[in-house]
Amino acid sequence: MTYKFQLSKWQLIAWSTGLLLSTPLFFLLVESLQGDSEVFTHLWNTVLWDYISNTVLLVLGVGLLSCLIALPLGWLTAYCRFPGKQQFEWALMLPLAMPTYIIAYVYTDLLDYAGPVQITLREWFGWQSPSDYWFFDIRTLPGAIIMIALVLYPYLYLIFKTALREQSFKLVQASQLMGLSAWKSFFKVSLVLSRGAIVAALALISMETMADFATVSYFAVSTLTTAVYDTWFGYYSLTAAAKISGVMLLLLFLALITERFSRRNQAVFERQSSVNSEALYILKGKSAWLATGFCSFILIISFIIPMFVLLKYAVMYFDQAWNSEFFSYAWQSLKVAAVVSAVTITLSVLVVFYQRIAKQANPLIPGRLASTGYALPGTVLAIAVLLPLTLLENTINRILTPYDLDIGLLLTGSLLTIIFAYIVRFYAVAHGAIESSFSRISPSLDMASQSMGKSQGHTLRLVHLPLLRRGLLTAGLLVFIECMKELPAALLLRPFDFESLATHVFQYVSDEQLELASISALFIVVVGFIPLYFINRSMEQRS
Amino acid sequence: MSSLILQGVSYAYNGTKVVDDLDLTLGKDEIVCLLGASGCGKTTTLKAIAGLIEAKQGQVFIDGKLVSDANTFVSPEHRNIGMMFQDYALFPHLTVANNIGFGLSGMSKTDKQARVDEMLKLVHLVGCADRYPHQLSGGQQQRVAIARALAYKPSLLLLDEPFSNIDTQVRFELIADIRRIIKAQQVSAVFVTHSKEEAFAFSDTLAVMHQGKIAQQGTPEQLFAKPSSKEVAEFLGQGIYLSATALTATEYETQFGVVKSILPQQHAVAEKGVIYVRPHQLELASCNNNELQCECVTILSSRFIGSAYVYTVVIAEQEIEVAAQYGQSFEINEQVIIKIKPHTVNFFKS
Repeated sequence: MTYKFQLSKWQLIAWSTGLLLSTPLFFLLVESLQGDSEVFTHLWNTVLWDYISNTVLLVLGVGLLSCLIALPLGWLTAYCRFPGKQQFEWALMLPLAMPTYIIAYVYTDLLDYAGPVQITLREWFGWQSPSDYWFFDIRTLPGAIIMIALVLYPYLYLIFKTALREQSFKLVQASQLMGLSAWKSFFKVSLVLSRGAIVAALALISMETMADFATVSYFAVSTLTTAVYDTWFGYYSLTAAAKISGVMLLLLFLALITERFSRRNQAVFERQSSVNSEALYILKGKSAWLATGFCSFILIISFIIPMFVLLKYAVMYFDQAWNSEFFSYAWQSLKVAAVVSAVTITLSVLVVFYQRIAKQANPLIPGRLASTGYALPGTVLAIAVLLPLTLLENTINRILTPYDLDIGLLLTGSLLTIIFAYIVRFYAVAHGAIESSFSRISPSLDMASQSMGKSQGHTLRLVHLPLLRRGLLTAGLLVFIECMKELPAALLLRPFDFESLATHVFQYVSDEQLELASISALFIVVVGFIPLYFINRSMEQRS
Repeated sequence: MSSLILQGVSYAYNGTKVVDDLDLTLGKDEIVCLLGASGCGKTTTLKAIAGLIEAKQGQVFIDGKLVSDANTFVSPEHRNIGMMFQDYALFPHLTVANNIGFGLSGMSKTDKQARVDEMLKLVHLVGCADRYPHQLSGGQQQRVAIARALAYKPSLLLLDEPFSNIDTQVRFELIADIRRIIKAQQVSAVFVTHSKEEAFAFSDTLAVMHQGKIAQQGTPEQLFAKPSSKEVAEFLGQGIYLSATALTATEYETQFGVVKSILPQQHAVAEKGVIYVRPHQLELASCNNNELQCECVTILSSRFIGSAYVYTVVIAEQEIEVAAQYGQSFEINEQVIIKIKPHTVNFFKS
């Protein structure tokens, strides 16, 4: 016989996970609020405002440019029929797989003084020196804005397209019967109705832009992300780095609030039950070519050119790039990614299972806590993870000193830190995927299993896990890929003997020798296609 | 010995009492039906019996064993209960045989196999052992569900609206089939539904639920003929209320003349109240032979149902459909008189 008022082991596991994974954020908040740091005061008095204004300008610029690119693309693919529409619809999200530092490198290579574009121009016009003409300098803030927008616009494109698809054609048709031109009805109906979706997408883009480290670092544009990195490696001041991170958190928080708020507004709009599949406008003649031309142009500059250059490098420098370095770094990355995937999957299954069976109040809190790391940019996360781990390390060492023992940098000097950081950062990815798979299992299956004498643990093993198999695989894969791609946290936290594919590629980018790491770069891009496949599939299932 | 006793069971969702001080007793091998409109608390009661929710107050005994009170809560897996769900809840990743064998534990492999075979035979699915649930028809899935719920010989079987997903044509055939299976296995069962037709066909006794309480429990005939409250009367069949004054134990004065009861009723003479009259106790007649000079009503609309016409009339400000006798027909807007046939009158004091 079982008695009431017992703390279930599931509750214990879920809350421990939630608390453990939110520890870094908690430490970061405390550290950034308390005490005074000389380094921070110095930065505050000198360069910090430039960093902040650069960051804000970068975010605004990327947002604006993304709108200019993605809103027309979304409207064209959702409502119009024109040559190549079906291919563009999925191809236009491919840039998401392209790390910004790769596209930034490729365009720098193409557009700088010694690059093919300027050489050709000089040949055509007979210019002799840089003083003879003006040319756009890509390694600037506007250049960074273009590079980042070219990679991040697909977020807005995908979300806006989906929002348009879910609006009934009848609304647009009704507005046209009432005398609005297609152009006007886009502004007065489609755009207004998708306002919530657009704001949510822009918030997401802002967060990703703020988190971007590689492009701004490569272009030497100082933003808050690079400031965190430089403060840690320049001054070794965790407190100052934490304080700068605190400033970033404030900006991020604004973006998050905006996103949440716009989503709430979005829910008010009535959704139609079925999604439009036919086109509303069939474009012909000049307008059809214009549509195809615009889509092609964006696809070419955001994806085809960088991909082409990368492939060219890989072919030309195959012997140098296809070497033991590639394999050893790929292997190291794979190992870390595999461990992180396995741990996050296990933890998120347990937490989501607790959400499902909990009879206690607020069963969602552990999952929410554990997911907080996802919003943190890689550099900020790295600092956040270092704070509790160094404290733990120092404490252990202090306790051990009387016994002449010392664990040294057992935690922060080893892969444990990077693994922990990745788990904190990507837990949310696994949680989301597993939550959605779990929700597809009818609750009556749980009741049936329980009524037949199976304990909750048995039910999880015998009923849920077999049914979750595909969901687990997807979640694992998504986490795995994120780990392979993550750069700034790896740069900050890797032990001396560790190099991931991403840090390896970035190192060569910084040294202006991407050719030599072109196969690794290609590998990262190709691996990045996999989650796009899942996004595309889930969107097709909805329509 | 009673196989199930609920005493003063209560349950609330967010402060709203859904089950309120409910008592229910179930005899051995009896099938009782919890019947009520949606939201009356019947599924909650079923879940409290199964232990899927914890009753806030009251006691639950299964086979004489206390499973839930203020200090005790036996979790569902230790209650030895069989449950059949609205969506059947068959495990999609297991074969029919494995679904049926799921609850069989502590048995040797051969015993388990033998029991599964026995159940397959009982539900006429011998050839389907290795199929998966999605390869079966709705009716077959339902029989797998009942076999699975009975395989481990539960002390009590709970059925949560199990027939609501079945086509009306085959529903009553299946109800008879499942009833036969349950009776063959000699198990007590609690069955939840909102359909009185299913309840009449399936159960030994009915317990009509209203606002979280059992309004009345008894055989279908008892409840239909002698409902204890207006709610029970209304739930078991459409009807109208007529103001009435008791003249004797068997006679009532109404606006449509004196109504006679077949059985004498318990009430004081000259007591005022209402009587509940069902359509089949009414007769329409042309106003031309209105010898008794009673009130006439107007035909509002008519509907042909094959064997006769059904006319909508308004009686005492309540709309009701009354079937005409074979060959009888009236015009819309025609005035007709209402005759009330002698029956066991349901008289409710005001």
